Amino acid sequence: MSTSGRFWTWFWLAVIAVPLVVFVVWANVTNPRQFVSTLLNGVTLAALYFLVASGFTLVFGLMRNVNLAHGSLFLLGAYIGWVVGDASDNWFLAIAAGFASAALVGFLLQVSVFRFMQGQELRQTMVTIGISIVLADLMLWCFGGEIYSFDPPRAIFTTMPMVVVGKYPAYRLVVLGIAIVVGLVLWLFLNRTKVGMMIRAGVDDRQMLAASGVNVQRVFAITFAIGAGLAGLAGVIGGTALSISPGEDTRYLMASLVVVIVGGMGSIPGAAVGALLIGLAEQFGLSYAPTYGVVFTFLIMVLVLAFRPTGILGRRST
Amino acid sequence: MSAAQWRRAMNAGAGRNAWSRPPSLPARRGPASGAGATGTAASPAQSIAGAIRTIGVRHVAVLLVVLVYPWVATPFFVYQIGGQALVLGLIALSLTFLGGSGGMVSLAQMSIAGLAGYMVAIFGIAGEAQGGASSLGWPWWIAVPIGVAIAALFATFVGWLSVRTEGIYTIMITLAIGVSFYYLAQQNYSIFGGHQGFNQVHAPVVLDIDFSKPVPYYYLALFWALAGYFFIKYLLRAPFGVALQGARENSRRMNALGFDVTAHRVAAYAVAGVLAAIGGVLMTWYNGRISPGSVGVGAMLNILIIAVLGGMRHPIGAFIGAIVFVLVQNFAIDVIARERFNLVIGIVFLSIVLFSPDGLLGLWGYVRTRILAGGVQPKLKGWGVGSTRREPARMRNGGTAADR
Repeated sequence: MSTSGRFWTWFWLAVIAVPLVVFVVWANVTNPRQFVSTLLNGVTLAALYFLVASGFTLVFGLMRNVNLAHGSLFLLGAYIGWVVGDASDNWFLAIAAGFASAALVGFLLQVSVFRFMQGQELRQTMVTIGISIVLADLMLWCFGGEIYSFDPPRAIFTTMPMVVVGKYPAYRLVVLGIAIVVGLVLWLFLNRTKVGMMIRAGVDDRQMLAASGVNVQRVFAITFAIGAGLAGLAGVIGGTALSISPGEDTRYLMASLVVVIVGGMGSIPGAAVGALLIGLAEQFGLSYAPTYGVVFTFLIMVLVLAFRPTGILGRRST
Repeated sequence: MSAAQWRRAMNAGAGRNAWSRPPSLPARRGPASGAGATGTAASPAQSIAGAIRTIGVRHVAVLLVVLVYPWVATPFFVYQIGGQALVLGLIALSLTFLGGSGGMVSLAQMSIAGLAGYMVAIFGIAGEAQGGASSLGWPWWIAVPIGVAIAALFATFVGWLSVRTEGIYTIMITLAIGVSFYYLAQQNYSIFGGHQGFNQVHAPVVLDIDFSKPVPYYYLALFWALAGYFFIKYLLRAPFGVALQGARENSRRMNALGFDVTAHRVAAYAVAGVLAAIGGVLMTWYNGRISPGSVGVGAMLNILIIAVLGGMRHPIGAFIGAIVFVLVQNFAIDVIARERFNLVIGIVFLSIVLFSPDGLLGLWGYVRTRILAGGVQPKLKGWGVGSTRREPARMRNGGTAADR
């Protein structure tokens, strides 16, 4: 990079960083309690966003399939998890049911629809839009417009002591823990297992993978099932943290879209970085500028697109 | 970019060009054979002369029908069906232009239309809004141009952002922008009036004609729909439109020929933005109000559904799609409960995308070539949604920045 190029990089970094530092100092001096609790909320929201977006980016990375029905799979997993949890009175069973049902639907979609339109990205995206409309209406039909909330075990639904803030809901920290565990499992799965190796190979060069004798369609089906399952899992976990109602699908679809655009399309670490940025931006926006909260999210997206169109950790395709 | 990829890309382009132009095609230029296939740019005078030469019976018939329609139909059909279909068609036309000729499927067209509507409500005359937002009460002939200009600026900005990546990313980015705008409109009470938005945004009374009455409104919408339609038809054959289609086919070649592909694409967004903005102002007058619900995800997807339903191959597809959409919307109640409209339209959309990617126009083309003409291969080059089939491998692998 030339000297002037480096200068501009530093210049823009300074333009972004200086106001941030000033804001952090000001917020900590005037009201440290608000700052820390917003920070915690942001990080835990980021954990939830990571859970949703990791499945989205996994599917996109391998199949170039922009699954705009991801939000609907989130909501579907949440509703089915709620039904199972209500019947069995077991929250962990609800999580398993949410994962399994969404994974099953994802698997069926890949096997019965998407495998027949491989390489037609635009058409696949249109199909996912159609599916999201149909699914959303079917769920509204079955479950109505009411708000459902889960009944998790008492042990994780209390408050626990925390520095500066005093008390903090334990469940939010549980979400953070689950996200970290899921992230680690995903990393191990992709880097240490044979199927994960195939998926990574497929991300780099699909045709070469097929040529070396791997059943690509099976890899695709597994990936789509896992990606959809993660959406369903996030549905139950997110539904417990907040609640589930029609319209949540759009909210989490939007979150995964922005997280993936910011973090880098198709990259799991990118999803983590993007989720952290967006979760923090959203919570700080809500806390310090309530009616313009979404502007910060939008601003981050614009900045990233302007300077790194492929996302922060996105690779330029060769 | 490796040498092998470069060669493959160039060969793919050359191969397609070689067989996509039928060798013995007579100079028949009906509207259905589109500007896409004939790659020559015409001057305005020539194209007007050409347009007059190609006027057929069906064009006169359609024009007569749309002009006489309000005199034979009931006010419900004139306003709810006719007016709404024309306005939705105009907004969908902006998407058809972007997606069909530019290869950029933008979901933010409804947000641009909604922004224009909001601006007309904010600058013009509107009822009291919740939470302190108030309109400035300027006359319509100031408020409307300001609204259209701001929306066009926003559209240019959306274009500038989304042309940085290509193909499939466009949908993601424009969807994210559109949803952001929806949440902003919903959260913000000081400017956008929050959840309720603005009420009582009525069409003006000009020269003693009250444009909020069904028949005058219909003609107002018809005027702008026709203007938009013929403008796009002209633009597709003007040098700008031809260059845009060239960029859709092979952006690297267009760059090599000295065209600034990025600038053409951003300009296309700006042009489409003006169309969408005019449609948005008309839509706001139609509803008499503007609220976040008008720019929500459902509304954004409706525009996509209309464009895909009709087919992005030709500008008329937007209006055909709009008529079908509005009819289904209003009469689905007779077939199935009104609340299940989304299910019906979702299934219709899905089956169109699955079985006829070029929409109703594609279906008509299929019927005409396979059944009426007895097994002659379609001579139209399918573009729009279906054209992804012929994308060279580099596009499928997500080639983005390297292409430009």
